[in-house]
Amino acid sequence: MIESIDIGLVNWSRAQFGLTAMYHWLFVPLTLGLAFIMAIMETIYVKTGDEHWKKVTRFWMKLFGINFAIGVATGLILEFEFGTNWSNYSWFVGDIFGAPLAVEGIMAFFLESTFVAVMFFGWNKVSKKFHLASTWLVAVGASLSALWILVANAWMQNPVGMRFNPDTARNEMVDFWAVLFSPTAINKFLHTVTSGYVLAAVFVIGISAWFMLKNREMLFAKRSMLIASIFGLVMGAFLILTGDESAREVARVQPMKFAAMEGLYEGRRNAPLVAIGLFARPQDPDHPKQQEFLFKIEIPNMLSYMAFLDPNAFVPGIRDLVQGNEKHNIMSYSEKIERGKIAIQTLKDYKQAVSEKNTEKAALLAAQFDDADFIDNYFRYFGYGFYDDPIALVPGVPVSFYSFHVMVILGVHFMILFALVLFLLFRNTLHTKRWILWVALFTIPLVYIASMAGWMLAEFGRQPWVIQDLMPTIAAVSRIDKSAVQITFWLFVVLFTALLIAEIKIMATQIRKGPKTEGGN
Amino acid sequence: MFENLSHLALQHYWWIIISLLGSLLVFLLFVQGGQTLIYRLGRTEQERTMIVNALGRKWEFTFTTLVTFGGAFFASFPLFYAASFGGAYWVWMIILVAFVIQAVSFEFRTKPNNFLGQKTYETFLFVNGMVGTIFLGTAVATFFTGSPFFVSEMNFSQWKSPFHGLELALDFGRYATYINLSLGLAVFFLARILGTLFLLNNIDDAIINKRGLHVMLKNTLPFLFFFLFFLVNILVRKGFAYDPATGTVYLEPFKYLKNLLEMPVVLVIFLTGLVLVLISLYKTWKSFDTFHSKAIWLAGPGAVMVVFALLLTAGFNNTSFYPSTYDLQSSLTIQNASSSKYTLTAMSYVSLMVPFVFAYIWYAWRAISRKKIDKEEMEEEGHKY
Repeated sequence: MIESIDIGLVNWSRAQFGLTAMYHWLFVPLTLGLAFIMAIMETIYVKTGDEHWKKVTRFWMKLFGINFAIGVATGLILEFEFGTNWSNYSWFVGDIFGAPLAVEGIMAFFLESTFVAVMFFGWNKVSKKFHLASTWLVAVGASLSALWILVANAWMQNPVGMRFNPDTARNEMVDFWAVLFSPTAINKFLHTVTSGYVLAAVFVIGISAWFMLKNREMLFAKRSMLIASIFGLVMGAFLILTGDESAREVARVQPMKFAAMEGLYEGRRNAPLVAIGLFARPQDPDHPKQQEFLFKIEIPNMLSYMAFLDPNAFVPGIRDLVQGNEKHNIMSYSEKIERGKIAIQTLKDYKQAVSEKNTEKAALLAAQFDDADFIDNYFRYFGYGFYDDPIALVPGVPVSFYSFHVMVILGVHFMILFALVLFLLFRNTLHTKRWILWVALFTIPLVYIASMAGWMLAEFGRQPWVIQDLMPTIAAVSRIDKSAVQITFWLFVVLFTALLIAEIKIMATQIRKGPKTEGGN
Repeated sequence: MFENLSHLALQHYWWIIISLLGSLLVFLLFVQGGQTLIYRLGRTEQERTMIVNALGRKWEFTFTTLVTFGGAFFASFPLFYAASFGGAYWVWMIILVAFVIQAVSFEFRTKPNNFLGQKTYETFLFVNGMVGTIFLGTAVATFFTGSPFFVSEMNFSQWKSPFHGLELALDFGRYATYINLSLGLAVFFLARILGTLFLLNNIDDAIINKRGLHVMLKNTLPFLFFFLFFLVNILVRKGFAYDPATGTVYLEPFKYLKNLLEMPVVLVIFLTGLVLVLISLYKTWKSFDTFHSKAIWLAGPGAVMVVFALLLTAGFNNTSFYPSTYDLQSSLTIQNASSSKYTLTAMSYVSLMVPFVFAYIWYAWRAISRKKIDKEEMEEEGHKY
């Protein structure tokens, strides 16, 4: 069924979407978190009347403004790329996926864009309280924007609240609340926004550390670090909690992704968690043939516990999922492929019956798509029917494994940094610990790497699915010329990179100029 | 409340929302129009700074409306999203790139060490103002003239021209291209007029105001020419009708003229809007001193009403809003391209927030724009573009 699809087109389309998404995500998390940090700072200013806090707020607001516009710009492309590059997907899921996007526009984007203007330009035009309210509304609006797009993304990872309509050949929403409040959506939203909050906290601490290293704007730096480290610690705790929940959710609804992110080929009880590991040689094209670790450090029973809150639980490995495991009631991919083909053929037969005006046959076939037995045993494997080779259904193991581990290890590093900075601030010795200040500064790129790694795990780990088990990425692509996508891909590479360079240069210049506060040293 | 409406009623309701968003977007293109006039209206750096700051405080409204327009179209008529965006690839990519370069240009333009230089960002603003408006108008014109695409029985769409949308604006062998471009150019000149009127409203500077009157008058004639060319052509040509019982699409003479006559409310909205635009231009010309800062509040709603009525004409009264010139039966209607009844119902509840959104936008807009931008403000310390 996939022979007619140009894999080159699929790969270029994926590359373009991935490029846009990654550039977008370079800017968005800082917007998410910095907005709240600014709002907290401005609240202190309004409460205390201390003009220094106003200058602190305005400095971070200036950086926020530089970062904000480019995040908006890349977001626009991302939204429309669902149509331009993934038109089949747009139809197949538009009934569900489109709704959160529309709600996002109406509820969140307008809130954010309206009050961001007041926040930037209203200092001398509106009252202090109105301005403060605007800053908070920008922060809330930014996170609300994230809510809806993440609900949509979560639905792709765990499609719920819908039924398949054979007449329109698409999934249709039947339960909005199931889509909005699915555990995957809740975890994804909380985990993603808190990761943005942590990123912003690291950013503020790192930049403030630079001022301390330069022995400039010490009061500004200390105050910024104080807010950021407390904010970072609290949000970091949420990040860990939601990350833990997310892992359990992945183990439940995307067991292949879970196995890939731990490099687990053979399922087992009392499965250990590989805390640190290095594959002996690159993965692919042999998978799921087991790849040996060059070395690894394991935590006994931890993977079983992480997945099912039970150290004795069985965690299926890649091989169990591909070949099946009768003992643990796991169906093989070959069987799923067969069932998926039956579901696809049923749909084709239905369409044929309709076109032949064979109403009796059409009614019988249509009824199957409402039959719980057919849905549970056949339709749920619809997407598998696009494939013949079970091996094609295994995601890239190394990319999943490394992105997961990089994210987690760096996350621990951020928490230690927040705690250490806060502790030394209270002891008033932070400015004397230059090595910590350097670490804080160099943690800025690390937090971006961690943030990207999270998305890489989420998106590479679920391949080959664009919608888990229902629609493979290869079937979602727009039928356009590969060369057209290649041209726009390189156009975006040049454009986004130029804008990124511009942003970094402008931001660096503004940072060097500093807030020009009178807090002195 | 919405549960009691039929699927067809909800489809109409959502076409009204889409039309409203589209018409608001055209009004908000005054930002783009203004961007093409930065050097025309501003001869000194300070004048240009005032113009850029006036426009820059509103660019996000246009941007957000565009995003919401896209999102709402995706949600309510996903088959259009799939067929048009995935098909007319180049047209949409050109529009998107034009908007991407705008988003950063206000913020980066005068910042030190901005890598590309002030002139580049000003060029970006000009390109956005010109290309964005012309191509958006051209894309909307295809609602009346059609596009070459095919929709399979599984509702997967395929574009049937290797130029993926460019032919809609550049194939000069087809008469429809001239109609498409005429709307694109009409939108471009309208945006320049609205941009001028907005600046007259927003900037307190006698010299800029004087130049503004001149610019407005110079853009009015081409706007009227291209708009009337488009209007007359769509009213006299065959339109894309469909039979609601069978879904069969067919060509019907004077379809869009008939639509206006058979929907008198839409006709009244259209004519009222047109009159409002013309009156505002005339009064600005004749009573400049007393009227120039009010004109945008007459011309803006007028433009909204005209576009709103045109979009209703394209989608209501059993008309295919996105016709296929390759295969008539692949044409999209508000019935065959829409989301399910459940989704439209759920989103309709969300749409009840729209008046609330309008209210806070209005409140914030007033708060920021209470005092006109002047030279003194540009010299004060604070966030500036």
